[in-house]
Amino acid sequence: MKHTLTPQRYLILLAVMLTASVGDTLLSYGMTQVGPVTLAHLGLLLAAIRNPWVITGILCLLGFFASYLTALSWADLTFVLPATAFGYVVVAFLAKYWQHETITVYRWVGILLIVCGVGFVANGPSLTLHESHPVPEEPAPAGEGAGTGGTR
Amino acid sequence: MIHAGHIYAGTIETWAAILTVAATAVAGDVLTAGAMRRIGDLDLIRAKSGLGGAVRAVASSPMFLLGVLSMAASFFSLLFTLSNVELSLAAPASASLTFLGNAFAAKIFLKENVNRRRWLAALFVCAGVFLLAK
Repeated sequence: MKHTLTPQRYLILLAVMLTASVGDTLLSYGMTQVGPVTLAHLGLLLAAIRNPWVITGILCLLGFFASYLTALSWADLTFVLPATAFGYVVVAFLAKYWQHETITVYRWVGILLIVCGVGFVANGPSLTLHESHPVPEEPAPAGEGAGTGGTR
Repeated sequence: MIHAGHIYAGTIETWAAILTVAATAVAGDVLTAGAMRRIGDLDLIRAKSGLGGAVRAVASSPMFLLGVLSMAASFFSLLFTLSNVELSLAAPASASLTFLGNAFAAKIFLKENVNRRRWLAALFVCAGVFLLAK
């Protein structure tokens, strides 16, 4: 039994990917404007939360948490987590094209691996269905194809 | 300031600190995911009792609160780890271990069907995150 997602739910997963990475990048950009915060200058944190970049970053991260929790309410943790990892790829691209940082070969390989990882789960079922059955020793349904290949 | 190439903690302390960060992060993720599974589809709850109802359903779940507490513990243990271990090791190692640990924990505690695809995804993402943060 394939548990597929509606377009609206794919949008929530897209929000999970984008809000975390954009939020982190905005926070990082805002904090470079605020300057280094040390224990001796904790007052700078107050200045930080008045910085528009930091405020927008915090709003994005709140949006991330809301969409992450929503996704977890209808999809497995092992389905949603690779989507959150895709955020690292978005951060790398934002760093390259917005902050003009260089991306090393290691990073390109890392990006490729994460993209492959997300591709593996995105094609499979999003939710393990076993509610109302207290996990019987049910053999894996044969008709589910490669997606449910070994459970170990 | 920590200078590059200068690790203050020994090998065992370093890995104990990194494992603590990963273990608390996994606990946070699994507890939060378990709480959301118990609460049920947030889209349906929101349709029935509005955004406020959904927020109340989440915030009143002890399992969710425990998950958030674990995430906070993970954050602070990461801060502690970063004061003793190089960032270029601590951040990718703990993030990668968290991804692998989550696959195991989701299978054991959440009884998720972690099939071959998902194991491969966990391994690829784990390796990818490590390389990305290098």
